[in-house]
Amino acid sequence: MSKISLTIDDQIVQVEEGTTILEAAREVGIEIPTLCYHPDLSLHGACRVCVVEDLEKNILVASCVTPAVDGMRISTRSARARRARRRNVILLLANHPNDCLGCDRNGTCELQKIAYSLGIRREDVDLLAGERRNLPLDDIGPALKRDPNKCILCGRCVRLCEEIQGVSALQFSNRGFDSIVSTAFGLPQSEINCANCGQCATICPVGAITEVSEINKVWDALEDDSKHVVVQTAPAIQATIGEEFGLEPGTVVTGKLVAALRKLGFDRVFSTEFTADLTIMEEGHEFLERLQENKNLPQITSCCPGWVKYAEHNYPDLLDHVSSAKSPQQMFSALAKTYYAEKEGLDPEKIFTVSIMPCTAKKFEKEREELRDSGYKDTDAVLTTRELARMIKEVGLDFVNLEDEEYDELMGKSTGAATIFGTTGGVAEAAVRTVKEKLTGEPLERLNLGFRGVNETKVEIGDRVVNIAIANGLKNAAKLLDEVRAGKSKYDFIEIMACPHGCVGGGGQPLPMSKEKKDKRAQGLANIDKNKYIRKSHENPMIIKLYEDYLGEPLSEKSHKLLHTSYKKRAKN
Amino acid sequence: MACECGNKKESLDKYLAPLREVLKNYEKEEKYLIPILQEAQDEYGYLPEEVLKEIASYLDLSLSQVYGVVTFYTQFHLEPRGKNIIRVCMGTACHVRGGADVLAAVKDALGIENGETTKDLKFTLETVACIGACGLAPVIMINDDTHGRLTPEKIPGILASYK
Ligand code: SF4
Ligand code: SF4
Ligand code: SF4
Ligand code: FES
Repeated sequence: MSKISLTIDDQIVQVEEGTTILEAAREVGIEIPTLCYHPDLSLHGACRVCVVEDLEKNILVASCVTPAVDGMRISTRSARARRARRRNVILLLANHPNDCLGCDRNGTCELQKIAYSLGIRREDVDLLAGERRNLPLDDIGPALKRDPNKCILCGRCVRLCEEIQGVSALQFSNRGFDSIVSTAFGLPQSEINCANCGQCATICPVGAITEVSEINKVWDALEDDSKHVVVQTAPAIQATIGEEFGLEPGTVVTGKLVAALRKLGFDRVFSTEFTADLTIMEEGHEFLERLQENKNLPQITSCCPGWVKYAEHNYPDLLDHVSSAKSPQQMFSALAKTYYAEKEGLDPEKIFTVSIMPCTAKKFEKEREELRDSGYKDTDAVLTTRELARMIKEVGLDFVNLEDEEYDELMGKSTGAATIFGTTGGVAEAAVRTVKEKLTGEPLERLNLGFRGVNETKVEIGDRVVNIAIANGLKNAAKLLDEVRAGKSKYDFIEIMACPHGCVGGGGQPLPMSKEKKDKRAQGLANIDKNKYIRKSHENPMIIKLYEDYLGEPLSEKSHKLLHTSYKKRAKN
Repeated sequence: MACECGNKKESLDKYLAPLREVLKNYEKEEKYLIPILQEAQDEYGYLPEEVLKEIASYLDLSLSQVYGVVTFYTQFHLEPRGKNIIRVCMGTACHVRGGADVLAAVKDALGIENGETTKDLKFTLETVACIGACGLAPVIMINDDTHGRLTPEKIPGILASYK
């Protein structure tokens, strides 16, 4: 590729041929606002917020889709470019509800930010006010809600769901003024092939797709003296929630998280990592059995409910490959209302289980009818990282300066193996650690599987070579699954996470997100694992105690009842 | 809503048989979506949900993608259409000469709104921008027949001749 040279705002810029004007500008630190553009997605060129002036040709062009050409002279800040950009943003606002105050994205909305930086005032918008959409919301949940009136038709969710998840649950429909992004027949997102991963919510620049909030439900439970409210925090939260309070991505704030939850009034603060260890025990032993019998291999992980729902729609023929182990969230809740209730002498009916999750798919998962093995609805409420941060802000806790506290005993102790559940590759690594030691007595070195896309590795366990693959992003997963379907997969164990980067990039995590941020979050989790004294799930003393006192052994009858589940075929469309 | 034959696989197969005949003539490529939709609509009179689902699976598209295309083009219909299609002209000439009153009279006579179909599937009502018969304004078309120089009073009689 040859280099070309152009001038942007009087700066000479040299870039590879094929670079867009926007990319060229960013290379030299010139910021051009964008809305429909996203670095992880194909180009769209719809919003025209990124317009710049081509001073040679005397025209305005959308910088995100226009290739830089040798000798070009571009102004990003000419009066004409600024006027056009401003006008385009005002036009978007003219058909947008005036609802920043009540919007979940207040403060993280890209449209709000651009409008502010361009100095747009309400009067400017009112001058251009015309007919406004008044479309029904899709808010029946349980995971996501969509407000099409806020949608600016940037198409980022559409492209993401197609290009990264391979689901295409959302599409543009109708035309002209009536254009909207919708599901087929405008069906609720919960009734279609959507995986509930919430990636669309993380990429939406505005508040058109957000999680269904359960904050009020949790406040009610906390204020109800007859309820014993038990909370679990997923592994990925400790390395991400700090961002909501201005800390660097990847800053580990486990102790402050625990302290904050106690201050909010939770009766017991436990960690989902405890049951992540348990998942590894159960799933590891399941894998051991399958290896020995050479049956239903590759075994595919089941801890990600986004992936599980996708499998039910798209690969129902492979459901036997999916581990029957419940996700750590559901194992935890089932035990909270049985094992924990028994140990503490509590009436399980009075126990209210809350989980803090990086994930919107977990909100859907908790509503599954089959997940009532405790005799009650196992999980009562799921809060995303963002929702918990809002509760903490609501009561004005100075999060960053909280004294570190420890998780409660019994279901709070975890190992490094459990921590890395939050990144991709973590589950596979944790399970293999335990299996290898069980079979050979030898410890497993770090696998160091990468965080992005598809990765593979092999591990020698005794005289057998075990081939492992991990995939994150459902479209990546589909490649591996098509091989399994065709009988051509060389793998014995496949870990799948719906969200790119795994749960550190989950649909409920702090916004905005970027690849770089997610890398840092994953690194944060990897560091905790490294520093933990116990790194193998089967050495967790509280897990040993749980088996001794209650479950018997992995895959026992009781384990099966409380910790395993089954899946059902769902229509592809 | 899609087919009256219930959910039984056998009757669904029977219902979809004509569509499957259509699909046989096309390779499984996205570019054939529009011709397939056109032929399917000729076959069924409109595009029922079950038909769209079958087309989506055949082309390995999601239902939302197919739905997006169907709703983009005005030639495609998601609801059954009436035996007679009434097009009321809303062009400038008709507008000036009382097109709106004619439209109101049609709505009144049939009890439906623009874009709707009567319950007995006899009539579908649509408005169009200009039929190109401005000399006859205000005009309506019913199927291929043009009716011009209308007054609201003439509407019931005209409609009756199509029942
Ligand atoms: S939740 Fe995931 S699968 Fe569902 S529409 Fe959003 S991105 Fe697509
Ligand atoms: S819902 Fe959000 S991401 Fe999707 S098109 Fe609308 S504004 Fe863009
Ligand atoms: S990868 Fe994690 S955050 Fe994303 S859907 Fe799966 S479990 Fe949820
Ligand atoms: S960001 Fe360039 S057109 Fe939308």
